[in-house]
Amino acid sequence: MDARNKSEPDWGRNTGAGELAKITYIEFTGKEHTVDVAPGLSVMEGAVKNMIPGIDADCGGACACATCHVYIDPAWREKVGGPSDMEETMLDFAEDVAPNSRLSCQIKVTPELDGLIVRMPNSQH
Amino acid sequence: MTENLVIVGGGQAAAQAIASLRALGFPGRIVLIGEEPVPPYQRPPLSKKYLSGEWGLDRVLLKADAFYAEMKVETRLASRAEAIDRQAGRVRAGSESFPYDKLLIATGSRVRRLACPGAELPGIHHLRTLSDVDAIRPALTAGARLAVIGGGYIGLEVAAVAKGLGCAVTVIEMGERCLNRVVAPQVSAFFETVHRQAGVEIAVNARVTACEGKGRLERIVCASGRAIEADVAVVGIGILPNQEIAQQAGLAVDNGIMVDEFALTSDPAIAAAGDCANFPSALYGRRIRLESVQNAIEQGKAAAAALAGRPARYHDVPWFWSDQYDLKLQIAGLNQGYDRVVVRGDMGARKFAAFYLKAGRLIAVDAVNAPAEYMTCLKQLIPAGAEIAPERLADMSVSMKEIAASTR
Repeated sequence: MDARNKSEPDWGRNTGAGELAKITYIEFTGKEHTVDVAPGLSVMEGAVKNMIPGIDADCGGACACATCHVYIDPAWREKVGGPSDMEETMLDFAEDVAPNSRLSCQIKVTPELDGLIVRMPNSQH
Repeated sequence: MTENLVIVGGGQAAAQAIASLRALGFPGRIVLIGEEPVPPYQRPPLSKKYLSGEWGLDRVLLKADAFYAEMKVETRLASRAEAIDRQAGRVRAGSESFPYDKLLIATGSRVRRLACPGAELPGIHHLRTLSDVDAIRPALTAGARLAVIGGGYIGLEVAAVAKGLGCAVTVIEMGERCLNRVVAPQVSAFFETVHRQAGVEIAVNARVTACEGKGRLERIVCASGRAIEADVAVVGIGILPNQEIAQQAGLAVDNGIMVDEFALTSDPAIAAAGDCANFPSALYGRRIRLESVQNAIEQGKAAAAALAGRPARYHDVPWFWSDQYDLKLQIAGLNQGYDRVVVRGDMGARKFAAFYLKAGRLIAVDAVNAPAEYMTCLKQLIPAGAEIAPERLADMSVSMKEIAASTR
């Protein structure tokens, strides 16, 4: 049940609707972090706000720096989807790019991504 | 004996320095003294998503609240550092005095204020802090008449956001074109066209001489005598480095606090980073001061490394971005001193790059919805000072990959 106050405009922020998505971030070392991320945030923000190392996000999510690179777990690739043209081109210049690479600032968290697993590369620079 | 490290300033460079210091294993006490009442936050959204209301405070903060405790940083927010006593090794902020063995000055910059009769009228806003934008946003209602004073990045971004909110917008630019002195004339012309097509009025060669109104802003008067009716004005006419605290402490300043390529000032115990710092660029062969997120981050890292006893040269290619409407402008390098501009792509289709050459070498690029051009220049062509025939740069049948390959 949507618990949002319907008279308030939806600015795209999490307005307390619940349905957090559990996301697992796996560092290059193998260390795992599983956190709840509010819908509407990006996968990148989920990492930064939970102080998970391995995602730099220099430009803060503007698709301008390619330092939020992650690998999407094969089981989640279809649900997460592929990159836009701009993101794909930016990704080309990231380190150790693979077919399951995405810029995490361009992935919007939704309840459907509950259980998502992403892995971080060895380096963002 | 625990080392004391004090950071004066609570912005992007400070947040980066904290993360870098602890990552380098710095074990000492860290105190952050920030003038604003909030922890370090991202400034770019202030003229973009935070202004439009799409993002709230929680998304603008650079770090989780728990970060500072996790990093064992003592924060003094809403606290303006007043003086540095280098003899005693102390920083004074209000009634408190903090001892330091190492000091990072990351005081950033402040807005250049509009200075004309009537500049203090209610309804006239400068845009630099969260609280500035919290005061501006409610005034940007559908139908409100907004005057944007200054046609630089801030002004144009505000104009784009305001147009999206239904305001009637006039940009008032003192110079002969918007983005004067930062982009080539054809790139200025492109952005002016985009804004005009969106319904923004742009007045160039228009110097504001007075703001008028009974008790609040009603009109902006220009040197020509033209009066522009306005309900609200946002001023974006540049920023000045907060270098005074360093100057008063006897450190060398000249267009910012002077540091070397390791971000250290003339005092080896003191580093400076971000908007406030002037540093030598090996790439451009001159001293520069940059007002950008990239500079704050990379210099913050260098300052942390120097203060932690593991100096690392700061030598990155500057990059910058601006979001206006659905356009993404990505800039790599500094174009000052260019002698040739080559345009690749289709300005009409809003997908192009303007390459800046100096004596045949690529020094910078402005890319609009052209990420391949931007990234190839940033990562490969600019650091290499690549010499490329202008015809080749403009030739869309040659990919940027091929261009990069042929310059090695």
